[in-house]
Amino acid sequence: MAAIPQETLLKVYRNMVRLRFLDDKINEMIAGGIGITQHSTRGQEATPVAACAALEPKDYVMPYHRGWGWAIGKGMDPKILLAELIGKKTGCCAGKGGVHIADWNLRIMGRPGVQAAHVPIAAGVGLSIKFRKTREVVLCFFGDGASNEGNVHEGMNLASVWKAPVIFICENNLYALFTPNVETTSVRDIVDRAKGHGMPGVIVDGNDALAVYETVQGAVQRARSGEGPTFIESKTYRMHGHTAMDRFHLGGYRPKEEVEEWERKDPVIRLRTRLLETKAASEADLREIEARAKEEIEAAEKFAKESPYPTKEELSRDTYAE
Amino acid sequence: MESREMTYAEAIREGLREEMRKNEEIILLGEDIKINVWTVTRDLYKEFGDRVINTPLSESGFCGAAVGAALTGMRPVVEVMYPDFTMYAADSIANQAAKYRYMCGGGPFKVPVVFRIAGGGSSNGAGCHHGQSLEATFLHFPGLKVVFPSTPYDAKGLIKTAIRDDNPVLFYEHKLLYGIKGPVPEEEYTLPIGKAEVKREGSDVTIVSYAWTLHKALRAAEQLAKEGIEAEVIDLRSLRPLDKDCILNSLKKTAKLVTAEEGTKMGGVGAEIAAVVAEEGLHLLDAPVKRLAMAEVIIPSSRYADQLFIPQESDIVAAVKELF
Repeated sequence: MAAIPQETLLKVYRNMVRLRFLDDKINEMIAGGIGITQHSTRGQEATPVAACAALEPKDYVMPYHRGWGWAIGKGMDPKILLAELIGKKTGCCAGKGGVHIADWNLRIMGRPGVQAAHVPIAAGVGLSIKFRKTREVVLCFFGDGASNEGNVHEGMNLASVWKAPVIFICENNLYALFTPNVETTSVRDIVDRAKGHGMPGVIVDGNDALAVYETVQGAVQRARSGEGPTFIESKTYRMHGHTAMDRFHLGGYRPKEEVEEWERKDPVIRLRTRLLETKAASEADLREIEARAKEEIEAAEKFAKESPYPTKEELSRDTYAE
Repeated sequence: MESREMTYAEAIREGLREEMRKNEEIILLGEDIKINVWTVTRDLYKEFGDRVINTPLSESGFCGAAVGAALTGMRPVVEVMYPDFTMYAADSIANQAAKYRYMCGGGPFKVPVVFRIAGGGSSNGAGCHHGQSLEATFLHFPGLKVVFPSTPYDAKGLIKTAIRDDNPVLFYEHKLLYGIKGPVPEEEYTLPIGKAEVKREGSDVTIVSYAWTLHKALRAAEQLAKEGIEAEVIDLRSLRPLDKDCILNSLKKTAKLVTAEEGTKMGGVGAEIAAVVAEEGLHLLDAPVKRLAMAEVIIPSSRYADQLFIPQESDIVAAVKELF
């Protein structure tokens, strides 16, 4: 692990902690009666955060529905993220997108609401990069549920045929809504499907931030040097239900033992332990990071709540570009 | 202006070529577009090389990819071989292309993509998976523009404007019009999206149509003139935005309205026009609106499908006469 700079390690840890506090805060706000569409990232923080850490600022992210790890990982301020989630004018999409988080400057290209709709879009961004010769890459996230959508296969085939600089990351958390993927998915390792689209496939322990970082870094180098797309399957698990409304995730459709087993693999605690063991950071350093993250998320909540809603006139703009 | 005769397909090709020479951001995508079953994009790859991309049979995929390319600095022009196939790509067009800019908050997010769709044409036994007219389907989506030219001149002027537009444009072409010839100026020109044209002036009745059916309407008007009825014929050219003023202005003169299209009557283009007139110009009418559209059947794979179920010149003549 010596290859990863200490600064990057601490950035990944900081972002994972910020993400977890943000996740907790959103759940708290929902419990308090504020309507937010939330697919909790808890338990899955390592994959989106560490993957984005392997990117350069000019690289694109095509996000997916679960959580906001790709946003925090790509550098979005939780203030504008939270403001957008509750439809405020100060949000990253001026209150028009809500869950469809996007940010042009951060190259976050808009989170779709239709599963896998963005996978061919990612292939098209990759095609555009090739034409423009700008040597950027695209990180395209989706879940195991979406992996059965035709668009995933169409998008992967296009990216492969075009040798487009796209890294597909499938976060396999074993469930699509309340359905275990053994009921719906033909393969246990979704990475098997990479072969069918002529691209390398790699399995990574999605709860190991360092492993994710290294794997994605390799795929990014491959994409940037013109060798084409890679498919990465991240084996992971969500600690909460599908959404905040999911009352059945614990001991309902998921065995309690299974949840407890994955709790022991908590990615935030794993990275924390590693940082201490390798002396990359001291206990005091980490406490400082955690305290700051907590303060930041509290401030973000205050900012979001106090921000104004856009007016009807403002919401009426931008259906068309002038 | 000097002009030459060329076909509708050639006019679109010339429009594409002129724009591609000017702007390297323009790329073409679609199934078999190098040789091209419709001939429109035939051989453009010889001049433009990699910018003409034969895609897999993957409508949802390549229409979605075009959205991604459009968002990031390219101006893709996509061919969808049949309107029926746009159903595969409906999400990429109606949920993604149409909404992307807005849901991302506007600003630099733009989707300058043209979906060229070989529309119409229920003739020759093409049947219900190759012959349906679905242009009205996409009128329900704010964020899209929809055009459907009827002549080589309009086709060239509108394809150029569609390519330069920063919004997604559905550019319908008519299979039966590809071979028809008409004058196209040597000099460069463009036509605005959203402007209808009065193709024939008349004072007794307004016939609103577009594309292939427009030509039937013009012939019907000549027939009616022999019988003493002067029909004003409007070519919509754009379906979204709809040139309401052109229709309402004509009705001020004629007070009678007939619409004619190849698509389904319920929720069709004529339905929208009739609704607009009911809302904004009911006082202008002295007779009920007549809507001519495809019969309530699945288009059969019969060579007679067109004559049996699609409005013909004689149907338009008969509908007009019923108003007098």
